[in-house]
Amino acid sequence: MASTQLKAQLNDLLNSMFAMDFLDEQFKQLQMLEDGSCPGFISEVITIFCDDAERILSLITELLSKPVVDFEKVDAYVHQLKGSSSSVGAKRVALVCIKFRNVCQESDKEGCIATLHEIRREFDELNKKFRIMLQLEQQIQALDSKR
Amino acid sequence: MGSVEVDSKPTGRRWRLHQSAMVVLWVVVSLTIWAGLHWHIRRLSMRKAEEGLVSMCDERARMLQDRFTVSVNHVHALAILVSTFHYQKEPPALDQETFADYTARTAFERPLLSGVAYAQRVVHAQREVFETQQGWVIRTMKRDPSPVQDEYAPVIYSQETVSYIEALDMMSGEEDRENILRARATGKAVLTSPFRLLGSNHLGVVLTFPVYRADLAPDVAEEERVEATAGYLGGAFDVESLVENLLSQLAGNPEIIVKVYDVTNASEPLIMYGPDLPDGFPSPSHISMLDFVDPFRRHNMVCRYSKKPSVPLSAITTPSGVFVICMLVGYIVYAAWNRYDNVKEDCRKMEELKKQAEAADIAKSQFLATVSHEIRTPMNGVLGMLDMLLDTRLNSTQKDYAQTAQVCGKALISLINEVLDRAKIEAGKLDLEIVAFDLRSILDDVISLFSSKSREKRIELAVYVSDDVPEVLLGDPGRFRQIITNLVGNSIKFTERGHIFVQVHMTDHSKLITEQKPDPRINGHNDDSISTPALVSANADFDTLSGYEAADTRNTWENFKQFLSLSSHSTENGSAHNSNSEPVTLFVSVEDTGTGIPLHAQSRVFTPFMQADSSTSRNYGGTGIGLSISKCLVELMGGQIWFVSRPRIGSTFTFTAMLQWCERNGAEEMKKDAFDILPSCFRGFHAILVDKRPVRSVVTKYHLQRLGISVETVGNVDLGITAWTAEKGKFLPGSKRRCIFLVESDSSGGKNGSFSQDQILERSCNGSILDVPKLFILATSELEKKKFPGLSENAYIMKPLKASTVAACLQLGLGVDLQNSNKNGNNIEGPSLHGLLVGKKILVVDDNRVNLRVATGTLKKYGAKVECVESGKDALALLQVPHKFDACFMDVQMPEMDGFEATRQIRLMEEKANEKVKTGDYEAKDDEVAGMDWHLPILAMTADVIQATYEECIKCGMDGYVSKPFEEKQLYQAVAKLLAPADS
Repeated sequence: MASTQLKAQLNDLLNSMFAMDFLDEQFKQLQMLEDGSCPGFISEVITIFCDDAERILSLITELLSKPVVDFEKVDAYVHQLKGSSSSVGAKRVALVCIKFRNVCQESDKEGCIATLHEIRREFDELNKKFRIMLQLEQQIQALDSKR
Repeated sequence: MGSVEVDSKPTGRRWRLHQSAMVVLWVVVSLTIWAGLHWHIRRLSMRKAEEGLVSMCDERARMLQDRFTVSVNHVHALAILVSTFHYQKEPPALDQETFADYTARTAFERPLLSGVAYAQRVVHAQREVFETQQGWVIRTMKRDPSPVQDEYAPVIYSQETVSYIEALDMMSGEEDRENILRARATGKAVLTSPFRLLGSNHLGVVLTFPVYRADLAPDVAEEERVEATAGYLGGAFDVESLVENLLSQLAGNPEIIVKVYDVTNASEPLIMYGPDLPDGFPSPSHISMLDFVDPFRRHNMVCRYSKKPSVPLSAITTPSGVFVICMLVGYIVYAAWNRYDNVKEDCRKMEELKKQAEAADIAKSQFLATVSHEIRTPMNGVLGMLDMLLDTRLNSTQKDYAQTAQVCGKALISLINEVLDRAKIEAGKLDLEIVAFDLRSILDDVISLFSSKSREKRIELAVYVSDDVPEVLLGDPGRFRQIITNLVGNSIKFTERGHIFVQVHMTDHSKLITEQKPDPRINGHNDDSISTPALVSANADFDTLSGYEAADTRNTWENFKQFLSLSSHSTENGSAHNSNSEPVTLFVSVEDTGTGIPLHAQSRVFTPFMQADSSTSRNYGGTGIGLSISKCLVELMGGQIWFVSRPRIGSTFTFTAMLQWCERNGAEEMKKDAFDILPSCFRGFHAILVDKRPVRSVVTKYHLQRLGISVETVGNVDLGITAWTAEKGKFLPGSKRRCIFLVESDSSGGKNGSFSQDQILERSCNGSILDVPKLFILATSELEKKKFPGLSENAYIMKPLKASTVAACLQLGLGVDLQNSNKNGNNIEGPSLHGLLVGKKILVVDDNRVNLRVATGTLKKYGAKVECVESGKDALALLQVPHKFDACFMDVQMPEMDGFEATRQIRLMEEKANEKVKTGDYEAKDDEVAGMDWHLPILAMTADVIQATYEECIKCGMDGYVSKPFEEKQLYQAVAKLLAPADS
C-alpha cells in the first residue's frame, strides 16, 4: 500500500514537473530507456547531470567574478550546460542557457550575472525536485525489494 | 524666455504707438462724418425752407397783384363813367355833388384806394374862362394861386375823403405831372413812385387814368391822344394798408417778412411797404415780380423769414447716432484686434512652454534611462549577493529578512526593466527582431507561466489559435510574448472568478464577426439546447468560456461558431498565399471576467504609470506601465490595441499585429527545434469530449487536434457513451486506433453530479475490456479532484490546457497502454534500429558527461556495445588501426580538440593504414579486417542542426550527423545509411 502511495506521489511530482515545463519529451525518452535493461539509469544520469551542472555553474561564477571576463570561455561552459540539460530534458534550464548564450555573445557582463542567477535558480529548483524524485524512487525500490 | 521678452518690447511699443495713431485717426474720421452729415441735413432743411418761402412769396405776390388789378379796373370804370356823363352829355350830367355821392357809394369796390378825384385838362388859353366858370382860382399843390403854365389840371370832382385837393392843379406836383403826361400819352393807368400820402401818412402811390373826349382806337398816335384828352382821374393807393390787409388774411405765416419795392430805377429801389428793419442775419429771401398794370413802373416783392430758421433736431441727432455707431464699431475692432493680439501672444508663449516641456520630457526620459541603467548594475550585484547569502547557513529570521530583500530587489529590477523598456521605446531605440517562431508554442509558454496562479484562483485560463493562422510566422517572438504576458498578467491580477481567454485569429474574420453582431446582449442566453438544463447553475447564464458574462461578447458560442466555420473555410483556400512574405495581420484578444476598468479611468488606461485609481496599486501592486509598453510594442508591430470593458463584468483587450509569412524551408527548420516538437505518438487517436460549454470544448479540441487526436464533442456523459458505442462499431478488431474519453469536471453528467469509470463500464453495453476507453477528467483546480473519488491521480488533466501538458498527462494516464503501443512501435521500427545496432561496437566521444551517459544509455538499449571517451585525443588513441569499432558518434564542440579536428586526424590515420594495405606493408592479422578499406563511419552529434554545420561535417570527412539529444527516427535514418543490417 505504501508503495502505491509513493508511486502516486512520484507520478504527481513528475506530472507537475512536466506541466511546469521543468522537464520535456527528452526525459520521457530517458524513462523509456530505463526499463529492464539498465536499472537505475535515470538516477545515474540525473546525478551526473546535477554534479556536472553544479561544477559548470561554479566555474562560470568564478569566471564572471573576475574583473576581465573571458566571454568565450563562459560561452563554452554554457554550451556544455545547455547540451547536458537538453540531454536530460531539463527544459527550463536549457531555455535559460539559450538566453545566457545570447547575452554572452553581447559581452554583457551584468546580463550574464543576472542570467547566471536565473540559471542558478532554475537549476536549484530542478535539483530539489530531482532529489525528491530520487528519494521516492529509492524508497519505492526499497519497499519493493523487501517484498 | 527673457530674451524673447526683450525682443518683443520694441515691436510692442511700436505697435502701441501705431494703435493710438489709429484711434486718433478713427475719431477724426468719425467727427468728419458727423460734420458732413450735419451739414448735409442742414442744407436739406434750408432748401426746403427756401422752397416754402418761394411758394409763399409767389402766392402773396399774386394775391396782391390781383387785388391791385381789381382796384385799377374800378378806377378805369370810373374814368369811363366820367367821360360818359361829363363830356358826352350837354350840359354835363355830372357835378361835384353827384360825383362825391357816387364815389362814396361805390367806395367798397375800391377798398385799396383812399379816394378818387377828377382833374380837368385846362390849357392856359382857357384858364380864365374856366376860373370864372368854376368860381375859384387854380392853385398849386402848395395852395398858392397857380403861376402861368401851358396847361393845368385842376381837380374839379373829388370823393369826399380827398376833398381837400379840390381846385389844386395836379400838374403842379412833379410826380403828378409826370404821371399825367405819361397817362395821356399811353391811354392806360399809370402809377407814381411811392411817397407819403397826405392825410394818412402811409406810403402809397397815385394811380392816374386819362379820360378822353371820345373813344379812341387802341393804335392812335400819341399827339392825337394828347389832343383828345379831356381830363385825368386819379386815386391814391394806400399800399401799406393794402399789404397789411392782405397779410392779415394769410394768418399763420407771421415768420415771413414781406417788403414791396418800386424798382423802376433798378439801382435805387424805393420801398413801398415793409418794416425798415435791418436784415440782421443772413436769411434766404425770395423776390417775386409784381405787375401793377403800369408797364413803365416795375415792382417787386421781397420775402424773407422773420426769424433765423432753426437748425432741425435731426441735424444733431442723426450724425450723433452715426458718430456713436462709428465709435462703437471702432471700439469693437479695437477690442477684437487687441484680443487677437493677446491670444497670439499667449499662443506664442504657449508654444514656447510646450517646447520647453517637450525638451524636459526628453531630458526626463534620458535621465530615467540612464538612472535605470545605473541602478540595474548595482542591483544585480545586490541580488546576486542575496542569492549567495541565502545559500549560506542562516537562521530562520535571517533567511526571512534576506528573502524579503530578494523579493523586493526582484520587484525593483523588473520595474526598472519596464521603465527602461518604456524609455527605449520612447527614444525609438527599440528594434524588433524578425525571426521565425511558432505562435502556438509561445502562447503555450505564456499559459504555463500563469498556470499556477490561475489554478490558485480557480480561474479558467485558455488559449485558442484559429486554424488558419500559419504555424510559423516571422516576427519578434520575445516582444509578442511580452505583450500577451502583460495583458494576461493584468487580467489574472484583476480576475477572481470566471475565465481568461486568449484567442488569435486572422483579422478579416474577426472583423466580419464584429460587424455581424453589433448588439452583444442579444446572444447571451441561447445555448440551452446544448447544455443540460439541469446542470446550468445560477451564474452560468452566459455562453462564454466559463459561463460568466464577458465584456466583449465576441466569444459567445453563436459568434464563435460562425467564426469557426469561416476559418475552416479559409483554411481550405489558404494554400494560395504560402510562398511570399506578405504581411499577416493577427487579431489577438485577451478576455477576462474580472473587475473591469472603471469608466472614468478608461480614457487613461494606456497612459504610463496610470492605474484605474490609487487604491489599485495598494490592492494589486504593479506600476501601471505594462499596458503603455504593450501599446507601444503593438504600434511598433504595425498594429493597434483597444479594449472593451464593463465594470464588474470584465474587460477584453484586443490588439492587431503585423507579422510575415515564413518561407517554407524556414518553417521546416523551425519544426526541427527540439523544444517545440509535440509528441506524435497520439496520431490517430480518437477522443470523445464531454463538455457542456461549446466555447471551452473548442479550446480543448484545438489542443487535442494539435496532438493529432480527432475529437468528437458531446454535451453530456450519456451522449458520450452513445457516441463511443457508435465509434466502437467502426473499429476493426485489432485496429490500433484508440479511444479516449475526456470529461470536463463540471459536465460529468449523472443525476447525482458525479460518476466513476465503473459507471461508464457499466453503461458501455458489455463491450470487451480491451475496447474500454481511457477516462480523463479536465479539472481547473486540485479541489475538483475530490469530486471523483474513484479515479486515480493520473486520470486528471489540470487546466490550463496546453498541448504539451495534455500530451504529458495522456502519456502518464495511458501509462501501460502507451508502453505497449511504443513496444508495438518498436516492433515496426525497433527491429531495424535494434537490428542495425545490436552487437555493434560503438565509440561515443563527448566531453559532456551527461550527454555521454544519455547517448550510451540510448545506444545500449538498442543492443550496441558502447565505449565512451571524453575528448578527441582519447578517441584518437582508441581508434588507432586496427580497432574493432563499427561506428563513432562524435560531439562537434569539445575543448582542446573538437569533433572536426578529431575526425580529420582519424581519416588521415586511416588513409595511411589503407596505403600500407595496398602496398602490402601491412600484414593482415585478423580475418575480419583483412582486405577491407579502413573507413570508420563517424557521425557528428550536434544540437544546432543547420546547413553550415552539415557542410562542415562532410568537409572534414564525417559521414553524417545526428541531433543531440537523440531522436529515434533521425538516429535510425543516419545509422541505416552507414551500417548494413546484413552484418547481424
